[in-house]
Amino acid sequence: MKTWNNKAWFFVLPVLLLVAFSAIIPLMTVVNYSVQDSFGNNEFYWVGLEWFQEVLASERFHNSLMRNLLFSAIILLIEIPLGIAVALAMPRRGWGVSVCLVLMALPLLIPWNVVGTIWQVFARVDIGLLGHTLTALGVDYNYTQDTFDAWVTLILMDVWHWTSLVVLLCYSGLVSIPDAYYQAARIDGASRWAVFRHIQLPKMRRVLVIAVLLRFMDSFMIYTEPFVVTGGGPGNATTFLSIDLVQMAIGQFDLGPAAAMSLIYFLIILVISWVFYTVMTHQDSESVTDNRQGGGQS
Amino acid sequence: MAKITLNNIAHSYDGGANYALKPLSHAWHDGGAYALLGPSGCGKTTLLNVISGLLQPSEGQLFFDDVDVSALPTERRNIAQVFQFPVLYDTMTVAENLAFPLRNRRGTDKLAAADIQQRVQQAITLLGLEVLANRKARGLSADDKQKISLGRGLVRTDVNAILFDEPLTVIDPHLKWQLRTQLKQIHRQFGHTMIYVTHDQTEALTFADKVVVMLAGEVVQMGTPQELFDAPRHTFVGRFIGSPGMNILPCELQGAEAIIDGYAVALAREYPALAGVIELGIRPEFVRLAGTGGDTGAQSGEGLPVQIVGVEDVGRHRIARARLHSHTLDIIVPEHQPIPAQPRVVFDQSRICIYQNSQLVSWEDD
Repeated sequence: MKTWNNKAWFFVLPVLLLVAFSAIIPLMTVVNYSVQDSFGNNEFYWVGLEWFQEVLASERFHNSLMRNLLFSAIILLIEIPLGIAVALAMPRRGWGVSVCLVLMALPLLIPWNVVGTIWQVFARVDIGLLGHTLTALGVDYNYTQDTFDAWVTLILMDVWHWTSLVVLLCYSGLVSIPDAYYQAARIDGASRWAVFRHIQLPKMRRVLVIAVLLRFMDSFMIYTEPFVVTGGGPGNATTFLSIDLVQMAIGQFDLGPAAAMSLIYFLIILVISWVFYTVMTHQDSESVTDNRQGGGQS
Repeated sequence: MAKITLNNIAHSYDGGANYALKPLSHAWHDGGAYALLGPSGCGKTTLLNVISGLLQPSEGQLFFDDVDVSALPTERRNIAQVFQFPVLYDTMTVAENLAFPLRNRRGTDKLAAADIQQRVQQAITLLGLEVLANRKARGLSADDKQKISLGRGLVRTDVNAILFDEPLTVIDPHLKWQLRTQLKQIHRQFGHTMIYVTHDQTEALTFADKVVVMLAGEVVQMGTPQELFDAPRHTFVGRFIGSPGMNILPCELQGAEAIIDGYAVALAREYPALAGVIELGIRPEFVRLAGTGGDTGAQSGEGLPVQIVGVEDVGRHRIARARLHSHTLDIIVPEHQPIPAQPRVVFDQSRICIYQNSQLVSWEDD
């Protein structure tokens, strides 16, 4: 029997209002814009799915999307293995633990636009430590003019900024493994690789799902740092979806197409996240059904 | 299989300030079933980890048969160990879990796939895990998991010993008995040397041929369950073994009598004058409740007068808790015997043990 207590609504109400104002109402506004055209003067005309068709067919959108997908793929391919490797190398006990944790947390505490500014200065050819050193060493490096250099800079910056999040998540998974697992592995004569493959990786899987999802979503929505460092350039070389969207909405004030694009953008993130989640937790659900069958048998 | 010899093995976790395991020399015979029994923190797990090589002892040498293995790493010692909590490789099936220690072999020890298959099949049949063989190990019940942990030891034909570190802690009570019986069967069938760490006397006494009782890093007694019951060499063993444990009462000796709070208790023999703290130990099983009042038919005046402060019915008999002046005393009372109104206790003379400074004064001494 459940007891219904209507007073509970008073406690939930503030949160509901907050969510309504911060998420639901703006989202509905965007939906509203996406199916209308406006000619200033607050006059709106119904255009149906025209904006969606236009955005989906536009080369500009395709290019930004491809750049974004490539960027996220590179970020995940670097940050996840690197994060795991660093977490494995971190000490498990002693004074080194807190030192490492503080060092790892530092980049995460820096505001995004500050990270952008730091790297913008760091990579400058004339005064930046990185840019100047590279140039002095004879490397042809200039992130404001060369597409490849701009990408390398942005990727380095993101790796520097966010790998420690993956490290911290993986580390939390690693320290939760009881010593007995390592002892049993020694008794069974398991190699270092086998310990990683059969003990550490499975125990980290849950946190890795979170890490992959967070890093995918964040890198796919990246805005502040490239905006500060490259401003989307050189040319459109680092114009990601978010930068494109802001240009369209605020630069050109094309509210209809911008609204349609943001909805498509949102759906893409949702779908890809869902795919990641489903694939990575597939094994879990498999063994859950296994359990039920086993329970029935025994 | 091998005889395992400890030569002055000692271990300290803090560089010599405190010894978790005090110097110990001892031989575990080939094919024996041993239990290491003692309270938490007495050093039994430390001793076990020293044997398996998970822990490098601060002092002493370890021999398997006549080979010094002190410096060998765990994986080269061919030891199987079952831990308190089942350790399984979640991503593998039950059969893969069992094959794992065999697949890890490299070089000259490498086994052919068919051999591995055959041994795994044997282990599965032996443990009755046929139904589960192709299931993922994750999500099995605790007792199945513990069986698989054990199985990883059994698939190896060359194990020198199988070590158990409180393996039944997480097992449901009704399955403990079953699993223990299975262990005994396996022991009889294969004759592995087995060392079983536990703080549960029932487990130790039912599993082992020889029980090693430890206290504060030292072995206080090693013997068959019968020896531990009949003649505990240390008051700790007396109290620890038995349900309830032995009654230990301070006394003075006067020839063939022990004087407890001014009451004389006749002893089976005469003792010389002994210095130090003298105590009399008598198991609750060998204390008889007599006295007048109620229909006991006992003679009055026999035994020591006590006050009964509580009676627990444990099913097959009752345990009476009595006060003898400032001491408490447990008495096992048969199910249908009434409790007398003026109760007295009588000790079975031949079962009395005398302790000097907690050590048994043995008959062979003089």
